[in-house]
Amino acid sequence: MPVSHKKEALRYLPFFIFLFGVVISFIIKWQSGIKIALNFSYYAKEMLLFLPLMFILIGVIDVWVPKEFFQNQAGKNSGLRGIGWMILLATLQMGPLYGAFPVAQLLCKKGCSNRNIFIYLGAFSTLKLPMLTFEIGFLGLKFSFLRCFFTIPIFIGIGFLMDKLMGQNYSLPEEI
Amino acid sequence: MNQNLGISIFPLVIIGIVVILAVFNWEKTWSGVKKGISMFISILPTFLTVLVLVSVFLYLVPESMIKNYLGQSSGWQGLLLGSAIGSVALIPAFVAAPLASVILKEGASILSVSAFITTLMMVGVITLPVEFRYLGKRAALWRNFLSLVGAIIVALLMGVTYARLP
Repeated sequence: MPVSHKKEALRYLPFFIFLFGVVISFIIKWQSGIKIALNFSYYAKEMLLFLPLMFILIGVIDVWVPKEFFQNQAGKNSGLRGIGWMILLATLQMGPLYGAFPVAQLLCKKGCSNRNIFIYLGAFSTLKLPMLTFEIGFLGLKFSFLRCFFTIPIFIGIGFLMDKLMGQNYSLPEEI
Repeated sequence: MNQNLGISIFPLVIIGIVVILAVFNWEKTWSGVKKGISMFISILPTFLTVLVLVSVFLYLVPESMIKNYLGQSSGWQGLLLGSAIGSVALIPAFVAAPLASVILKEGASILSVSAFITTLMMVGVITLPVEFRYLGKRAALWRNFLSLVGAIIVALLMGVTYARLP
């Protein structure tokens, strides 16, 4: 087996150890292990329904939307318009934050500025509309409004700070 | 609530977009789909590792435990506890929002609940393996650290203003 394949296979090791543990748990009827396995299946369902489609969309956007579009709208000199685009894009999405990282990678590849990419991640984590409906529904409009009101300047600030901290040469790794 | 609505609409929208684009240009769209699938496969083992971590964490710190600990909390202790649990846990919004509302009704302060909710959104310790791969280690650690500080500032501001507003 070539080294790279071996390395690839090794990345599955934690999962296979876990799987082995699950099988053992069911055989010896270890309740804790069974509970953990049920937790896993609950989250795995969400992931397997949602993530492949999300990646397909990213792949399709990658080939359809020209680099110039992102570069002009959210590149280095896009200013406020770029921030606006990032927030709009983020609010229209759903799903957990780890689903936003591949989108961030796409944005980077298409020439969005680092600052805007981190603003996108901040907006995604705090302003997605599906999430806001739950927040408003259970914690009230006042709570949700105040939280958003304070969070927006914070994550925009984090975007600027991250840009400064990481420097000019930083870009998201292309091969993951 | 609209959990089921959202979950069923989103895949349909994606499938709709892909089908329409495929009608326009099959070759181009298909190459995009293949690209997406290969990106998914390359990150899959890391996602699986994170899922394993999440399911073990959820067993060690179940919802009932979060409710018990945060339910009575306030002050600095509440801020610390709320942001510690929120930073590590990975809980979807449709579970977290009702949980937070119960915690609030049990007597937790707005400070504790805001710290919990905001760190839950912005900081992801358990998903760091995925974030490392996409952003690089240094950027991922900085993003999480700054987000933690930012989330605590938001919680403090919430704690100060919430009760004073109508």
